[in-house]
This record gives sequence, C-alpha cells and structure tokens, in this order.
Amino acid sequence: MEDSDSVAVARVKAGDGDAYRALVDRHSRSVFRLAYRMTGNEQDAEDVVQETFLRAYKQLHRYEARASFGTWLYRIASNYSLDLVRSRKRHPQTALDESAAGEAGTNRVDAMPSGAPGPDRLLFGDEVQRTVASTLDQLSNQERTAFVLRHFEGQSIEEIGSSLGLSGNATKHSIFRAVQKLRRALEPLVNSAGVS
Amino acid sequence: MMNHPTEEQFVLYYYGEGAGIEDHIGACEQCRASYQALQRVLNSVDSFPVPERAPDYENRVWAAIEGRMGKRSRWLLFGWRRPMFAAAAMALLVIGAFLAGHSWQRPAPRQMAASDSGVRERVLLVAVGDHLERSEMVLVELVNAGAPVAGRLDISYERNTAEDLLESNRLYRQTAATNGDVATAALLEELERVLLEIAHSPSEVSARQLEELHRQIEDRGILFKVKIFGSQVEQSAGNSTTL
Ligand SMILES: [Zn+2]
Repeated sequence: MEDSDSVAVARVKAGDGDAYRALVDRHSRSVFRLAYRMTGNEQDAEDVVQETFLRAYKQLHRYEARASFGTWLYRIASNYSLDLVRSRKRHPQTALDESAAGEAGTNRVDAMPSGAPGPDRLLFGDEVQRTVASTLDQLSNQERTAFVLRHFEGQSIEEIGSSLGLSGNATKHSIFRAVQKLRRALEPLVNSAGVS
Repeated sequence: MMNHPTEEQFVLYYYGEGAGIEDHIGACEQCRASYQALQRVLNSVDSFPVPERAPDYENRVWAAIEGRMGKRSRWLLFGWRRPMFAAAAMALLVIGAFLAGHSWQRPAPRQMAASDSGVRERVLLVAVGDHLERSEMVLVELVNAGAPVAGRLDISYERNTAEDLLESNRLYRQTAATNGDVATAALLEELERVLLEIAHSPSEVSARQLEELHRQIEDRGILFKVKIFGSQVEQSAGNSTTL
C-alpha cells in the first residue's frame, strides 16, 4: 500500500498528473470518514475530500517521504476540516440549539441509519449512535478534533499536538475533556443495556 | 491499595499512551470496574455512523477534482485583486486611443495646455499603476515558486507575461522620461531589466536557474520598490481622478 503510494507520488512529481488518480482511489473513502467525523456533516465532509486532494496535489512538491503519504494527506484533511468547522463558528454553547434547529443537525440524523449497526447493537444501538453524535457536536472544535484524531485515526498525542499547534498537555486535556463529556452522556446507556 | 490511577491515566492507558497500570488494574477490583466502564463508553463511540458512499465514489471524487487540478493550477490565483482594475482597464483603453493619436517614437511636445496635460498625467498614472500591479504579481509568483522537486519548473506563463509587460514598460518609461518624471522613469528602467531577464529565460527552468532569477529580483529590491511605488500611484490616482 505505502509502496504503491510512493510510486504514484513519484510519477505525479515527474509530471504524470493522471497517476494522482491512484491516490484518490486509494484514499478518498478514508478521507471522507475522517472528515465526516470531524465535521459531523456530509456536505462539509465532501468539501473536505475534494479540497484535501486538490491541496495535496498542489503541495505535492513539499511532501517529503518522511511520513507516509496517507499520514500527510490526513493531516491536510484534518487541518482543513478544522478550518471549516471554525469558520462555521460552531461554539459548544450553541451547538445544541444549532443541531435542534439547524440544517446540519437534521441532515446528520437523517444520514445516520445508513451506517449499518452490528446485530448486537440492534437493541440500543440507535440511541447510542445518536448520543455519540450529539455529544461530539457539543464538544469544542479543539476537543472534537483532538478526540477524533486520537480515537478514530489512532494518531499519537504528539502528532495531534503538532497538527493543531498545541502542547502535549493541552492536547491531552482536550482529549480528557472530550472523554469526560462522552462518558457523562453515554455511561447510563452503555452500562445499563450493554452488560449483565 | 494505595494510589489508584486517575481517570486521565485510564484514558491514556486505553489509547496505549499511558505508563503501565495493568498490574494495578489486575489487582484492584475497584479500578478494574471503573476501567471497564470507561472501556464500554469508548468502545461504544465506535458505533458513530459514517454515511456510506456510493460504489463509484472514487470516480466521482476524481471527476470533481480533475478539472480543477490543472497542471498550472497555482496560476488560478492570478487575477485582478483590486477594484482599481476596472479603472485601470478603462485607463488603458483611453491611453490606447491617446497613443494612437500620437507618435511615441518622437517625444511629445513639451508644451501642452495645462488641463490637457493634467488629464494625460492622471491617465498615465492609472495605467502605470496597473502595469506595476501586474509586474508585481509576476515577481511575487516567481519569488514564491518553490524549487522544482524533480527536473524543471514550467515558468512559461510568467515568461510570456513578462514579455507583454516589457513592451508597455518601455512605453511608460519613455513617456515618464519625456514628462520629466525622473523617479518613475528610474523605477521603470530597473523593472525593465528584471522583466527582460524573465522574458529571456527558458520556459522551463532548473532549480539553479530559478535561484538565479530569485537573486536578480531580490538583489535589486525591485519587488519592494514596485510595491511602494504602486501603492503611491494608486493613492494619488485615487485622489486625483475619477475617470
Ligand atoms: Zn485501584
């Protein structure tokens, strides 16, 4: 995977623009997943996918093979998602009102059933999913970004800190706060229904 | 059991970033229970659903970006940034007509009616402002162009633009000199040398050639001069004329 990425990157750098398609084929779904988790909005996530690939293409001369192409690409995607979310000025205080009234909230809830739940989640899965979504929406941008990168993308605290321009401690605390809020919202659900 | 780990340590441990607390969790029932509760919460977050994409999603993404990738896409940034352009464009038309009526090979007569010469000066000022702005953009693009990673960098766009600018530059320089505007003539003369350098470059340059161009631009401080001069021109054109 990584090897074929670097082959494609080398071909693009040598002037073969069509070779970029292999990279788009390989990474667009995972960039979409990242962007959706970051923004919570399908349309925004689509914007992020396109903009990420365009930016990566234009900046490819700056990419050095120290990190894998994927890591570099996801960093562009998460930074752009963050910009987008920031530009929406979604503050944690207003997130609830927005998702109750705003189009972002309704879209997301509509889109939800398509993420096929596993059989063990049929009973309480919908409610858990909704609660996760609404709690993520109530996080501050920084909390949400740091948490998504750690939890879903498996990035280290150090990596997250460097993409967000935060110290290790500030990054940790963003994650802790996110976990606390998720815990408060989800614990009653998962610890009553999930376990015997 | 002393020193139960904190909740934060549990979180770090869950994500594989904490120092080993497994011995404690193994031995302490209370902590085991609270760690398991945390685990259930964090595991349930995985159920956050991401809408499925269509089977041909990759094709759609490609179709959406391919047209915007354009080999020379960074030049899309190239555009008229300031409202002044509208005035400047009109001024170019006016000055074009003005030029058509005069032979610029021969110096224009020095004595002109005051009002007549005032209008001409303003028209010229606006046109020069526009010219400086375009020149500035070419210089900025070249200065910002990163060294080519492999092989050569295609600078044909800047080269062709420099060629165009060179022609008007000569015209404005001669006019300024004729009008006795020494400062403008001097600036345009310096600019002309740099534009000439760019216009004479190959359409694809190596890293070394690009560096040489950077040096030419930077040594003369031409970009800075053009910027300062351009903003002065813009200011006085804005103050004195509504074309
Ligand atoms: Zn304990």
